[in-house]
Amino acid sequence: MATPYSSRRFDRRSVLKGAAGLGALGVASPFVIAARADTPIRIGMIDPLTGVYAAVAQNEVIGAKLAVDQINAAGGVLGRPLELLVEDSANDVGTGVQKARKLIDRDQVSFLIGDVNSGVAQAIAQVSNEKKILHIVSGGHTDSITGPDCKWNVYRVCNTTTMEANSVCSLLFKQYGKKWHFITPDYAFGHTLQKAAAVDLAKLGGTVTGNELTPLGTTDFSAYLIKAQAASPDVIVVLPQGSDMVNCLKQIVQFGLNQQIHVAGLQQELESLEAMPPEARIGIWMFEWYWKQPGIPGVDKFVADIRKVNNGKVPTARNWFGYASVHTLAGVANQQKTIDSVALAKALGNFELPPEIKLQPNKCYYRPGDHQLMTSAFVGEAQSGGAGDPEDLFRVDHVIAGDETAPPEDATGCKIQWPA
Amino acid sequence: MTGTLSTRKLAVLLAIWALLALAPYWMPPLGGYTALGTRVLVLALAAMSVNFLLGFTGVLSFGHAAYFGLGAYGAGFALKFLAPSTPLAIVCGMMLGGLVGAALGWVIAHRRGVYFAMVTIAIGQVFYYIAFQWSSLTGGDDGLRGFSRQPIDFGLFKLDIVSNSETFYYFVLVCFALVLAIMAFILRSPFGRTLIAIRENERRARFLGIPVDRHIWIAFSLSCFFMGFAGALYALVNNFADPRGLHYSQSGDFVMMAVMGGMRNFWGPLLGAAVFVVLQDYLSSVTVNWMSGVGALFVVIVLFFPRGLLGFVRSKSQA
Amino acid sequence: MTQLLLFNVTNGLIIGAFYALMALGLSLILNLSNVINFAHGGFLVIGGYLAYTITPYVGFWGALLIAPVLTAVIGLAVEGVLIRPLYGRDPLYSLLMTFGLAFIIEDGTRFIWGAQGKPVTIPPFLARPLSHELFFITGYRIFMVVTVTIAVALIFALLRYTRLGIRIRAATLDLEMVAAMGVNVRILRSLNFAAGIYLAGLAGALAAGQLGLEPTMGTGLLMPSFIAIIIGGVGSLTGTLIGGLLIGVASGVTAVFAPAASEAVMYVLMAFILLARPRGLLGEEGMMT
Repeated sequence: MATPYSSRRFDRRSVLKGAAGLGALGVASPFVIAARADTPIRIGMIDPLTGVYAAVAQNEVIGAKLAVDQINAAGGVLGRPLELLVEDSANDVGTGVQKARKLIDRDQVSFLIGDVNSGVAQAIAQVSNEKKILHIVSGGHTDSITGPDCKWNVYRVCNTTTMEANSVCSLLFKQYGKKWHFITPDYAFGHTLQKAAAVDLAKLGGTVTGNELTPLGTTDFSAYLIKAQAASPDVIVVLPQGSDMVNCLKQIVQFGLNQQIHVAGLQQELESLEAMPPEARIGIWMFEWYWKQPGIPGVDKFVADIRKVNNGKVPTARNWFGYASVHTLAGVANQQKTIDSVALAKALGNFELPPEIKLQPNKCYYRPGDHQLMTSAFVGEAQSGGAGDPEDLFRVDHVIAGDETAPPEDATGCKIQWPA
Repeated sequence: MTGTLSTRKLAVLLAIWALLALAPYWMPPLGGYTALGTRVLVLALAAMSVNFLLGFTGVLSFGHAAYFGLGAYGAGFALKFLAPSTPLAIVCGMMLGGLVGAALGWVIAHRRGVYFAMVTIAIGQVFYYIAFQWSSLTGGDDGLRGFSRQPIDFGLFKLDIVSNSETFYYFVLVCFALVLAIMAFILRSPFGRTLIAIRENERRARFLGIPVDRHIWIAFSLSCFFMGFAGALYALVNNFADPRGLHYSQSGDFVMMAVMGGMRNFWGPLLGAAVFVVLQDYLSSVTVNWMSGVGALFVVIVLFFPRGLLGFVRSKSQA
Repeated sequence: MTQLLLFNVTNGLIIGAFYALMALGLSLILNLSNVINFAHGGFLVIGGYLAYTITPYVGFWGALLIAPVLTAVIGLAVEGVLIRPLYGRDPLYSLLMTFGLAFIIEDGTRFIWGAQGKPVTIPPFLARPLSHELFFITGYRIFMVVTVTIAVALIFALLRYTRLGIRIRAATLDLEMVAAMGVNVRILRSLNFAAGIYLAGLAGALAAGQLGLEPTMGTGLLMPSFIAIIIGGVGSLTGTLIGGLLIGVASGVTAVFAPAASEAVMYVLMAFILLARPRGLLGEEGMMT
């Protein structure tokens, strides 16, 4: 501790100067924002750009940014340029709510998109509902967002867990067998997904041999897999997502379990498959959107556009969620010639996505009764690289339309209450 | 230090309160927004509660966010299951955080140093884990939802803290002032003086006949009650309670706010909280790599400004 | 039922060995330098990513040998620049320092390698289980346990038989005396820190083969390490080792009866130890300050 006092003071001073510079920057920049406040129409996007969901959240933002660029190149919304303001919710509800208020109060956004985390999405929905801002949930899957907790100003692009279960279950039953053992992540998404699948299984006449609830962030699934194997099921149904999915499948393959028992699941994402070693890419799954769709209009262009802004990588469903969300907002605003939230929310009921936005074969529209996008489910099998294409990690066997997988509107528990 | 305040101290005090009272007016032109100010107040209160223990008693509790989170859940449970009353929610939150803290403090009050810090971290994580796992009660990772702050009925008039950001800010400011007054009163009392004595030299305090362990336990419990109060307010800000409020990283943030502002100063944590919250808010809008910025802040403060900003200012003025 | 139990106990030992590796590194640093290294998980992540990056050049085995050493070198640099100035001060500061460091490391790895998880392959002959029945004992997991055993044995041998090791142990008990006897305490602390970080890097390189490699993978492993140290006793490396194994086995056994509680059991154990024997299983009185 024998540093002479004078030299330490010097260190502090230079640090202080740097800090003062940074501080001045902080005070100056809001004025820059204020100067541009008049012309552009702003969309606020809140997503967990840091933390465990960073990969999928960042992909949503990339898709959204592409859409904004395309819209601006085509003349903007109602003649005004579109501006996307992206904020990090860091997977924290308090931060998400704070950013929502910031985007609405300070930055005067006209629309909100977000969050990947269902809990954060619902907290933000409370704020957007209070402030009467049209809000599209791009990536949060929990059923209640377009179910009992639905709101007049909230629409959702990605599937509900019930839709996902309904799309795959009959195929799994036919191909793999009737005794299922679930590995379920222990949070709302996991619970609702498993319940929906169990209901479908019961209807088909199968049985649940067990349900292992795994805490989020479980790294070692061996204890659960030991129990699963001991129950002698026909299929092990793997429901965790993200890095939990990667760990679980890696371990299943290392244990050789996939040679004893079939392995499958419901929702799967390209980000997870890419993070696995090739030998772990197995099983029957559903994707919410897939990039290899020969003959479907608009897909090749989208793939090429995303490759340009995403280091040459193919688009994932998450890119599409962000893309579709922004195009929905711009599309309905241009159609109704207004940015009034109530008018647009009403107009979004039965709003159909045009071919170059929906990028899928079936009709794709927002249901007025629960505000859920009727988007298709892509059911198929994971592969380590189809027909020599190392990027083609999923072989799509069926594309099932959204209104076939979704429960009827009156069964969702949603009752939209419009403002007086 | 005698009871009367010098004019200079009075002026500083008035300036601080004026700044806080007029915040909804001077913040927006500078690029701020009222909700940011409310958040600063709540987190500052938490940081000051931690500092009650850290700066004034000299006890390193690094798992204090647990009581903050418990306060938030307590308020949420009250609003959800008991009655739609904001004051009741605050009291419930404070009680939950405080009583649990008091019970735990009894067990660990006689340990010190690094080991004590480790144990407090681990205990804090127990509560995080419970909140995370007991999803049927707490909502697990998705958090406790389905409640919101209620307007307060004073009989003569109603205080709409639900939709009006400014009214809510002032409500929080009044709560803040209340707790601060109690804290200042305690610190100025003979009991508070003995806490400072313990911080300065524990052995000597013991030789003087002060029951050190008991005093530390009382200080611990008091700070947990304050934390519970702050946590309850936080639940009202978000209309949400979630496990992340209990995590040790939240504890770390509070300690950093206290250190950054200046641990030995009563107002230090408020300054630290303001700088921390505003910086984090600003950085995370500007870049995805804001975590490095915050981490770098920790490093810089620890290496170059260990006495905090107020400590630095003081040493400059005395030099 | 007995087979299930036996399986889970064995499985628990395997998991416990891994916890012990992490906890040991943390304990080394804590004992000598009084520093709680919140960034330990971050160094694990660095070890994993470095292994992933150099594997195409030196192969799996080369990466396993080199990556931990590289991580230890980074640890040396960090210790010299950031932690050394804080030794004489209140432990609060080193805590905050490692805390901020953890943030920087997580963000840095995300910045350099991206948020997307990286696929890590292990040599195929290791990826096979012992048998159809004992499917959860794969070659890789045996290899992990063997590696951990060798590393732990080496560390213990180092501490017991080499001059450096004896000095470290003496300094843990009485730093002033050792300094007064002319030992260069600065170098001692640096090397000790590097040894701890080496263990973290090794854990990371091993973990990458079994877990998904992404920037946040280290955070979940920090708490079990803490608990292993508290249970085993602060100041005792053997205690930490036993603590880690105990947590693993307890976790495994609980998984048979109540899988949701398998993580909770380590907290319950910790609470029990704190109440019944606060210094830990093998801790010594007076090590607590």
